[in-house]
Amino acid sequence: MEKNPLIQTVGLKKYFPVGKRKLHAVDDINISIQEGSTLGVVGESGCGKSTLGRTIIRLLEPTAGQIFYDGKDITNLSEQAMKEYREYIQIIFQDPYSSLNPRQSVSDAIAMPLKLHANLDVRQDIAKRTKELMDTVGLAQRLVNSYPHELDGGRRQRVCIARALALNPRFIVCDEPVSALDVSIQAQILNLLMDLQRDNGLTYMFITHDLSVVKHISDEIMVMYVGQCVEKAPYAELFKHPLHPYTRALLSAIPVPNISMRAKKAHVIRGEISTPIDPKPGCRFAPRCEHCSERCTGVDIPLNEVSPGHFVACPYAEENL
Amino acid sequence: MSEKLLEISNLSVEYRTTDETVYAVNGIDLEIRRGKTLGLVGETGAGKTTTALSILRLLPDRTGRITSGSIRFDGEDLLTLPEDVIRHRIRGERIAMIFQDPMTSLNPVMTVGFQIAEAIRYHTDHLSKEQIEKRVEEVLELVGIQAERKKEYPHQFSGGMKQRVVIAMALSCEPDLLIADEPTTALDVTIQAQVLAIMDELRERLGMSMIMITHDLAIVAQTCDNVAVMYAGEIIENGTLEDVFTGDKHHPYTIGLFGAIPDLEHETERLSPIEGLMPDPANLPSGCAFAERCPYRMDICEKAHAAVYTDGTHRIACNLYADENNKGEA
Repeated sequence: MEKNPLIQTVGLKKYFPVGKRKLHAVDDINISIQEGSTLGVVGESGCGKSTLGRTIIRLLEPTAGQIFYDGKDITNLSEQAMKEYREYIQIIFQDPYSSLNPRQSVSDAIAMPLKLHANLDVRQDIAKRTKELMDTVGLAQRLVNSYPHELDGGRRQRVCIARALALNPRFIVCDEPVSALDVSIQAQILNLLMDLQRDNGLTYMFITHDLSVVKHISDEIMVMYVGQCVEKAPYAELFKHPLHPYTRALLSAIPVPNISMRAKKAHVIRGEISTPIDPKPGCRFAPRCEHCSERCTGVDIPLNEVSPGHFVACPYAEENL
Repeated sequence: MSEKLLEISNLSVEYRTTDETVYAVNGIDLEIRRGKTLGLVGETGAGKTTTALSILRLLPDRTGRITSGSIRFDGEDLLTLPEDVIRHRIRGERIAMIFQDPMTSLNPVMTVGFQIAEAIRYHTDHLSKEQIEKRVEEVLELVGIQAERKKEYPHQFSGGMKQRVVIAMALSCEPDLLIADEPTTALDVTIQAQVLAIMDELRERLGMSMIMITHDLAIVAQTCDNVAVMYAGEIIENGTLEDVFTGDKHHPYTIGLFGAIPDLEHETERLSPIEGLMPDPANLPSGCAFAERCPYRMDICEKAHAAVYTDGTHRIACNLYADENNKGEA
């Protein structure tokens, strides 16, 4: 029996006005994430993946569409009513250098959500919970009074994670949480996030441009291009049978740390991501696509389910099967 | 003509401030052969960029100083040449550098054409205005940018295009050595693939040597001939690409670096990162700098510097292999 998804969006859109025109940052996105699983969102800079993450947790107001949290429509809740849900929905940002207040110590930063939301009025309770959280994310107690400038990137990101965990959330949007970190630190943080998910049954939406990271952590992967979802599938299926030409290009563009793969010259796609301002109907990848034909322009390409759970927006997807 | 284009021996660099001395590079040896690419790999703060800046003599004036060693480029010691010789004959002309962030390495108030022309004008004596303009157009087309776009300003280009402009500028004087400091870190994967392909093609066509500074082992695997792994200002393992990627012995740090990358080919339940952090370069331990994080640590590692094991082109600075080395020599 299919359980209710923890997070669901229906036809979610976010447009930004640019003069009289509209920038289509998120254009008709439908996702559903089951409790305890991870949706990976991949795409290049400017494809709208961060905007999607922020719109889902209502840091940005959606232009159209609906957002459901645990079956309840939270799209139009007032800021006051939303506050109740903020406890359960958290976000970790990309840059641990700019997402911490330089004048807040580690304990201040972690205690802030506790002061705002939890019923822990007693000072000792807050201090105790802060200590627990620091242990959970692997921060040494001696850092409790340190300021962000005294910490390296990996430790700062641990502070951000502790802060996000403070209220025992159920859903966390991870917006490129490891992109700013060195590989060895990146692996430590990825392991931490996966341990936390295993122990606490957390649900993640994991936004990244790094396909090898997304494969490692996700159950399902959505590939975005200029605000739209072009392909969505369980992670193993997506890597085994990528169907959209953009997904294939992305996959072949990743350099592999294996010298025997070197002879296989990467298949380089031409051109660059097209503008999201008032895009014309039709496939937005068409100008860079080698399979493009008249079928790809003029009408929007629907997202078709080609095999169970595998959705593709490409008229040639069936033929590629 | 010697095979070796650049030979660094026993180079040490410090940054001194009133508060502390940062030992950024500690006695490294490196060589780059003509027409080959060396990958310099390591984490933030390992000393990769400092090494590159020393080659170009661009270390910050007041704080940075080279305390020992020599850098021989095509027979001349770059460290003893007077500054005006470096400026007129070496930097930009025979050794060029591409920086990590193309957004900050271009001047926003000058057209890209003007900026490229400036480099050419500075390093060639008797080219007419027309010849310089023609050369600007040539190099832009070389990196796949239409010549008409030379009249545009940096903000009119995307990140990938800006990095191409920077590459065009670096190549405008046909250098013998190109130092690329994380040239694609700020770019998206598909654009990264485009830029790497262009660099690879141009290097082959112009017969340049290259130093590719990166933290991404995958990029090294795809573009380099030789690899040097840096840690806390030292080169802890170097050799040919095969030595470092498929050899049977490795420095524990190198093993850790590979373990930390999520594998696209195989399923891995958990990554095996290196625990801990790199030591503070202002306060390095007396023994092996990696000892604190090393799973194979022995008593000797904390006391003295690691013994160097060599096997042909493969060199590892680790006590683990010290015994085998002695056997080989006996």
